[in-house]
Amino acid sequence: MNKLALSDEILLSIEKPARYIGNEVNSVRKDLSEIDVRFAMCFPDVYEIGMSHLGIQILYDMFNRREDVWCERVYSPWVDLDRIMRERNIPLFALESQDPIKEFDFLGITIQYEMCYTNILQILELSQVPIFAKDRSESDPIVIGGGPCTYNPEPLAEFFDLFYIGEGETVYFELLDAYKENKKNGGSRRDFLEKAAHIPGIYVPSFYDVEYDADGMIVKFAPNNANAPEKIKKEIVMDITDTYYPKKPVVPFIKATQDRVVLEIQRGCIRGCRFCQAGMVYRPTRERNLEMLKEYAYDMLKNTGHEEISLSSLSSSDYSQLEKLVSFLIDEFRSKGVNISLPSLRIDAFSLDVMSKVQDVKRSSLTFAPEAGSQRLRDVINKGLTEENILEGAGQAFEGGWNRVKLYFMLGLPTETQEDMEGIAVLSDKIARRYYEIPKEQRNGKVQITASTSFFVPKPFTPFQWSRMNTREEFLGKARIVNAAMKEQLNRKSLKYNWHEADLTVLEGVLARGDRRVGAVIYDAYRRGSLYDSWSEFFDNRKWMAAFEATGVSIDFYNTRERSLDEILPWDFIDTGVTKEFLKQEWQKAVGESVTPNCRMSCSGCGAAIFGGGVCFEN
Amino acid sequence: MKIRIKFEKTGVMKFIGHLDIMRYFQKAMRRAEIDIAYSEGFSPHQVMSFAAPLGVGLTSEGEYLDIEVGMCLSSADAINRLNAVMVDGMKVLTFKKLPDDSGNAMSIVAAADYRVMFREGSSLIPDVELEAKLAEFYNRNEIVILKKTKKSEKEVDIKPMVYSLSAKDGVISMQLATGSVNNLKPELLMEAFAAYLGKELGEFAIMVHRVDVYADLGDENNRELVSLGDLGEDIA
Ligand code: SF4
Repeated sequence: MNKLALSDEILLSIEKPARYIGNEVNSVRKDLSEIDVRFAMCFPDVYEIGMSHLGIQILYDMFNRREDVWCERVYSPWVDLDRIMRERNIPLFALESQDPIKEFDFLGITIQYEMCYTNILQILELSQVPIFAKDRSESDPIVIGGGPCTYNPEPLAEFFDLFYIGEGETVYFELLDAYKENKKNGGSRRDFLEKAAHIPGIYVPSFYDVEYDADGMIVKFAPNNANAPEKIKKEIVMDITDTYYPKKPVVPFIKATQDRVVLEIQRGCIRGCRFCQAGMVYRPTRERNLEMLKEYAYDMLKNTGHEEISLSSLSSSDYSQLEKLVSFLIDEFRSKGVNISLPSLRIDAFSLDVMSKVQDVKRSSLTFAPEAGSQRLRDVINKGLTEENILEGAGQAFEGGWNRVKLYFMLGLPTETQEDMEGIAVLSDKIARRYYEIPKEQRNGKVQITASTSFFVPKPFTPFQWSRMNTREEFLGKARIVNAAMKEQLNRKSLKYNWHEADLTVLEGVLARGDRRVGAVIYDAYRRGSLYDSWSEFFDNRKWMAAFEATGVSIDFYNTRERSLDEILPWDFIDTGVTKEFLKQEWQKAVGESVTPNCRMSCSGCGAAIFGGGVCFEN
Repeated sequence: MKIRIKFEKTGVMKFIGHLDIMRYFQKAMRRAEIDIAYSEGFSPHQVMSFAAPLGVGLTSEGEYLDIEVGMCLSSADAINRLNAVMVDGMKVLTFKKLPDDSGNAMSIVAAADYRVMFREGSSLIPDVELEAKLAEFYNRNEIVILKKTKKSEKEVDIKPMVYSLSAKDGVISMQLATGSVNNLKPELLMEAFAAYLGKELGEFAIMVHRVDVYADLGDENNRELVSLGDLGEDIA
């Protein structure tokens, strides 16, 4: 059995020691003498969150299929252990071997949300790897970032040696081969980075210089190394059936957020909501073959012993084989005590029928995400969900026994008016009214409608990337308008309204559309003790505000400034396939309140057809 | 059919708490494709009951859980299947059929054997003196400890809950009342011993290993302890 990196005394005095011992079902152990490349795969948040992430499970499985590579996992130590590790100078270790990360060849970090950026610095520091890439020596691991936030990696540019832009299944092996080759030839770290720069999708931030003008605008973004290309094109798997997917995902001992088999049924989304980054950067939509999914469902349940299976995709209802897949899952597994969870389903006759089979109607709620309170604003954001759709779906559900509804909206969307905000309350009330149209004796008690609003953050590579973002005060003012409107509704007693934190949103805005200069703020905030910022109990806005103050970085420059369409954006060097021209058109159409059909209705020529497959070639 | 499984929990698995061990076994049953019975209702769960929860930090070679199964496997088969899906530190030792009228594991637990060792550098007393001192401690008429509840403190004699206590080569063996009626934890007895020596037991001073768990088949006057593992029969 393994020797642990932490003593019994430490493990018995912290919360949930199971986070740090490895040894889980399906975790992979290898004989070091047969390994050429050691890869530490990190999700910079606590174990239970990190273990729930599908992408890591995919790459973990893929890497470990190679005999010469051993991929291990590492997550952010919780604050209790963080303190102990700092006090006693214990280096951060990987779960499988319990060996220090600093002895690895690679430290790969998946970057899923902006508010984990300080946790990335924690991982580096606890690993005893220099936080800034420029300070790393030949013996330090190569630090590589991947995941959705790398569609604007610039705020993190100084902390990473490499970024992998796009889907991990394609060129990682090429990168590892280049590394082995370079090591064999006695090449240096820099030699490797130069070779890596030739691999499609790989971005070496130190090989690029950015110049700004007196107003702080980017005037030039260009390679400073002959090996670095001007544009980095995202990597993407076109055949997502015949590719890597884990049949034996790791099963944690403690309950993870996602304690179930996750079946990814498709990638991308045909809808084209204008605020949604995933919907743009994962284009084109690609479906997995039904037979493959059936086989994986069976094998993954068998190999993990999980009692639940969940479908994963941005919009499950758009998967063309959904009915067949769902009936298969119900017929095959329901009798064996397996729960089937179906997130992101549009509410209609089919989904209600399925839901009544797989969940307890009395205890479950219906979810709609209209995102905006009025049809006008829904047209602006290209959300193809109408009031009729909602009332119709809700009506059917109410008749089927449901009486709880959750509604998700955003505040602060471009062109938003007071009427749009109040529309949130009006729509909520209309749903309640629809409920009370049912004869009293057929109702299932009272209706309960919960509307939640988040604040809109413009994201890179969306049509709204040029949009001005609201200030904290504007956001909160809008939430108050909605709240007041809720109180004026006929069915106010059945309506509940929640809104998000505004401070966090403001910060997310800066990190999402920031450039390299924002890196200094992240570093400074981390030095002031910021960590686990996505956890409300740890987020401390004062530390961040002090960091902006100290570094002289202006929040308004990144958030509330109007961007012109010809300005050089920090992420312009990345090519997602979707053209800037298309995004501009979409932005103009948004302002003109004009909708764009989804990819199945008709192609709008976004540019993603260049990848030669998926929905663009269905017909 | 009622089945009792005996298993071992050692090594790093000592850091996995009782609730997570339950979850672990539920998943293990599915991986091993044991034909386990499910409860009725909208979200059925496996019919499973554990004998005596083992605290975090303790190891054991005598843990028990009862399940209900439909299809009958031989004991050897079931053990092989389960062990094929175990992690390091978890091992199934026996898989026995119980008489239909037997009480579930949890309800019949009456005693447990433990082995206790001092962690390096944490001994209360040199190994050579341990045996004699421990005997001296145990031979008194009563072993009184101060039991703290939320409201008050009271003195309790724990000696009736200590069924045996001895030491050899630095290893302390004890048999203690366990279960829902009377329950004494090895840590508590060791604290009393430390106090008797005029010392304090450090927080991480001892390592506790459970050896076996027993049911009491006797009556009020006479204890007749039988290992939970001896109550069923192997399935051929
Ligand atoms: S090229 Fe057309 S079909 Fe393909 S993703 Fe873009 S809009 Fe959709």
